[in-house]
Amino acid sequence: MDIKLISIVAAAFAVSFGAIGPALAEGRSVAAGLDAIARQPEAAGTISRTLFVGLAMIETTAIYCLVIALLLLFANPYVG
Amino acid sequence: MESSPLSDTILAHLGPVEISRQVVTTWVIMFVLTLASWLVTRRLRERPGSEHSVIEMAVMAFTDHISGIVGKDARALLPLLGTLLTFLVVANLSGILPGVKAPTAKLETPAALAATVFVSVHYFGVRAQGFFGYLASFARPKAIMLPLNLLSEITRTFSLSVRLFGNVMSGEFVIALIVALAGLFVPIPFMALEILLGLVQAYIFTVLATVFIGAAIDTAGRS
Repeated sequence: MDIKLISIVAAAFAVSFGAIGPALAEGRSVAAGLDAIARQPEAAGTISRTLFVGLAMIETTAIYCLVIALLLLFANPYVG
Repeated sequence: MESSPLSDTILAHLGPVEISRQVVTTWVIMFVLTLASWLVTRRLRERPGSEHSVIEMAVMAFTDHISGIVGKDARALLPLLGTLLTFLVVANLSGILPGVKAPTAKLETPAALAATVFVSVHYFGVRAQGFFGYLASFARPKAIMLPLNLLSEITRTFSLSVRLFGNVMSGEFVIALIVALAGLFVPIPFMALEILLGLVQAYIFTVLATVFIGAAIDTAGRS
């Protein structure tokens, strides 16, 4: 197979499988955050701030996969 | 090749150094921030006026916040971290101006900021614990943790820069794709999301820098 074709398929795989883990993790963390807010509504400010930071950290793993995919598509070192 | 999010637009050459577009944007942001800070703090009086009070409240809230993270009085860290936050907010939001690309959407600017954080972590660590005390803190809690601690110094700096770069760059890339696919008014909600994301990423970068510095100046040992 051509190296370009392999790169395109690999980029699609990187983004699709790289989105699964962060999606599950973000779902769990939002559920836990909502649970905590329901138990302690007076701490909602602190909880949601921490939640946002955590969500952004989790989302970073998906962003890493996107960066890899964009590297494969636009800055592939193996394509002449 | 403007279509690739990883390529640079070179505007000018300064000897062998290429002046790319995001460098010029960074210079403009630096100039505007410096001018704004000078204008705001030009006439400080004992009895604060209205804009003076607003700025003082913001500075006090930020100082309290980073002091809460570090766990002690963090007034010495305020110049570095406050400048980081202000610059990152302006830089991330500058991408929504028409014709301006956010400088943080290219890898160089986040890498430079992460390198600044890397150096200042060791600077504040040495200043708080002494040179040998700081070196010894890498071998805590056990000497076997030494390679892991050294590795985490490098990987966390790398992930700090790639996190900011990836988020801002992917946001701009998605907006460009939607403009190309769907037309004029469809990307507006995505741009609103991008504003929120830029603010959150600026906050996260600053908070992580605070956490790293706080761990370095914590004389009780590394967390």
